[in-house]
Parts: sequence; C-alpha cells; structure tokens
Amino acid sequence: MIEGISVLEAVNLGKRYRRTWGLQDCTLTIPKGRVAALVGPNGSGKSTLLRMAAGLSQPSVGTLRVLGRSPSPGTDDLRERVGYLDQDRPLYKGFRVVEMLRFGEMNNPTWNMDVAKNHLARLDIPLRSRVSDLSGGQQAQVALTLCLSKQPELLLLDEPGAALDPVAREDLLRLLMRQVADSESSVVLSTHALSDVAAICDYVVVLAHTRVVLSDDTEYIVETHRILSIVDDRDLALPPGITVIHEQHNARGRSLLVRVELPFNDDRWRVDRPTLEEIVLAYLRAGSPHGDGRDVDETEDGAR
Amino acid sequence: MEQYPSLTFRLDSQSGLAPYRQLVDQVRLAVRTGLLRDGDQLPSVREVVTQITINPNTVHRAYRELEHQGIAEGRAGLGTFITSRKRATLNVTERASLEQALRDWVIDARRAGIDEETIRELMRTVLRQDGTVRS
Repeated sequence: MIEGISVLEAVNLGKRYRRTWGLQDCTLTIPKGRVAALVGPNGSGKSTLLRMAAGLSQPSVGTLRVLGRSPSPGTDDLRERVGYLDQDRPLYKGFRVVEMLRFGEMNNPTWNMDVAKNHLARLDIPLRSRVSDLSGGQQAQVALTLCLSKQPELLLLDEPGAALDPVAREDLLRLLMRQVADSESSVVLSTHALSDVAAICDYVVVLAHTRVVLSDDTEYIVETHRILSIVDDRDLALPPGITVIHEQHNARGRSLLVRVELPFNDDRWRVDRPTLEEIVLAYLRAGSPHGDGRDVDETEDGAR
Repeated sequence: MEQYPSLTFRLDSQSGLAPYRQLVDQVRLAVRTGLLRDGDQLPSVREVVTQITINPNTVHRAYRELEHQGIAEGRAGLGTFITSRKRATLNVTERASLEQALRDWVIDARRAGIDEETIRELMRTVLRQDGTVRS
C-alpha cells in the first residue's frame, strides 16, 4: 500500500472467535479523505473490523494496514493518529465535562482544546455540567467531541448515532461533517441508518454474514445499478454484462436489481434508478456472498 | 447581524439521484427561478454542512460540477459565485435534460473503459450520420 492513498487496507483479513468467525476473507481498500460507511446486520463483522483497525483486537489471519501501519495496542503513533469511538461511548459519569476535556488533553499530545470548546459551545453543552446529568444525545456529543479533539487523521466510529433521537443524531452527524470540512479527517463509521449513509458517506462497505459483499465509491455504486422490470415475457434473457443482485417475481412479470457495466439500451425492459438504500438492501437480501466472499467489484461475473 | 444564506439546500434520500446532483439541480433551479442571480455567492462548504447533514466532499463536487457547466465560478479565497458566462439560449429545462442524458451516457462510457478520444470520435460519427439523414 502506498501511504497517503488509502487509510485502511485489508487483505484476506479474518477474525476467529472461539468457535465462529467474526469476519472472513475481508479484502478491501478505503481511500483517504472519505467518509466510509460499514453497513450490515448485527453480527456481520462491522465492529470486529473497527476494533481490529483500532488495534484493540488482533487479526487471526490476513493483513490489515491502517494509515500504512499494522495496528496493535503498541503502535503509539497510530494511537495519536486514529480516534476510535466505541458503541458504548465510555465516559466517566461522575466527571464534569471540563474534567473530561482536561483528561483528554493530558492523554493526547495532539489535543486541541479550542476545537473541543468550540464544538461544545455550538452544541450548548455547558462545560461545568456533570456527564451523568446530560441526556443520552449530549453524552454522545461529548464522547464524539473528545474523539475529534485529538485531531486524528482517521476516525473509527462504531454506530455513533445509535440510540439517539433523530434531532440528536442529526446534530451529531453535522458535528462530524464540520470536523471533516475543517480538518479533512477520514472517517470509517458503522451504521444501521441507510438514509444517513446516502447523505454523508462517499464510500460504502456492505457486510453480510461476516463477509464483504460490496465495497465501492457511493457514486459509482449508484451509477452502476438499475432496476429492470418487465411484464409478461418472463423468460426474456438478459443482455451480457449484467449481474443480477436480487430478483423479484410477481404475477405478471418480474423485476431485477442489477449491476450494469455497459450502457443498457434494450427498450423491452423498463429501467429505473434504485436509491442507495435499495441497492444495499438488495445485496443484504441476496444473502450469500458472491464468489468466495471477495469484494464483488473484483469478481468477473457475467450474465447469470 | 445574521445574514441569510443565498440558498438553502435540501436532500431527498428517495430520489435515486446522487446527493451532488441534487445540489447541482437545486442551484440550476434557483438560477432559473431568479432566486440566484449573476454574481450571487453560493453558501460556503462550511455553511452547507451546518445547514444540512452532508459530506463536505459532496458539496465540493457539486460546486466543481457547476463550474464545469459554466453556471458558477470559483474565485480564489472568496468562494463560489453564479456567473453569467454561457447562459443557455435554448429552453433551459430542455437543455438541462439533454445535458443530463449526455452526462449519463459519458459516465457509462467511461465505466466501460472508453477513453475521451473514442467518445469524441463516436460523437462525431453520430453527428455526421444525423447530418446525412437530415440532408
């Protein structure tokens, strides 16, 4: 990997827990400067991948590079360059917000107190308040602020918006986007909210059953998928260069969510543009991963 | 004193259009309806990410696209402004949809690995054939 081009690169990465795999055959590259989403059901491997990237757990097989280095608890420079926010957003509940900030400052050489205070002022969170007195949404904002104030090159966020009401989630994501606008940090976040993904993520990794089933630029994904539908002519063969991701039959016809590599011009089919949500859901519903679980983008699937 | 933004964007997650295109379309619409006029400044990227939840890269991308279309221009250190260059003479809606269709086609062609030269050649061929039919 050439440093500076990708923030995270995995090759045949796998994590085995006692009896089961948490992540298998994971090969992917997340480019620098992106806001990348990891999406997939619970247990699909999102947290496993984030924890390994944060150096909190070690791969069982394969290789993983984060900002060009192998993450492990001992990789000190990664500790400063990478910010990780756990699902549980650990905070010291008895502390005041200002004490959390000082704690962050003491532990992080790259800490920027102005960033911390600006974010909190904008969110109307008083520095004197006790963490335990804050709402769930405010606690999440404080936890993210602590993470952002380290000024990391890469942010790894495990479901940052989970369990928040819509307004708090929106505020949290804007806080994050403002940081991206100001500091050009790269972000890898896991989420269940597909609508957020379409708005803020320019790279998407879909995981199903501990394997990566899709990994690409959001715009490219949207541009290369279509919904084809047809009435009556059930057996009409598809032109070459089309990969069927998900197929639905109804009484008089069928509809297919497909990946198209070439311009599609067969006017017997009605062609629609699916939303990113529809595409992601089609890959998740398709269930079994493509090929041997490698990035779908790299499999040479023709018409099926 | 608080100043109002020249334009407030919105995103429709159900539209099937990439977010950057939605921004481009909204600026184009604002120009057509007179909400934005020549010389008006578009909201800064930072303002947009404060307005709506969107990736700053997407806003940059949209503004680059508007510059490319000749609708806006970036002035170093100042921001992005609506420009009067190359205003369409034919029906604006028609032009926009034609341009959109062509852009779709070009994206598809590039995905198929066709280079710029071949695209130009194809375009010339098609124009030539079209001309033959007309004459």
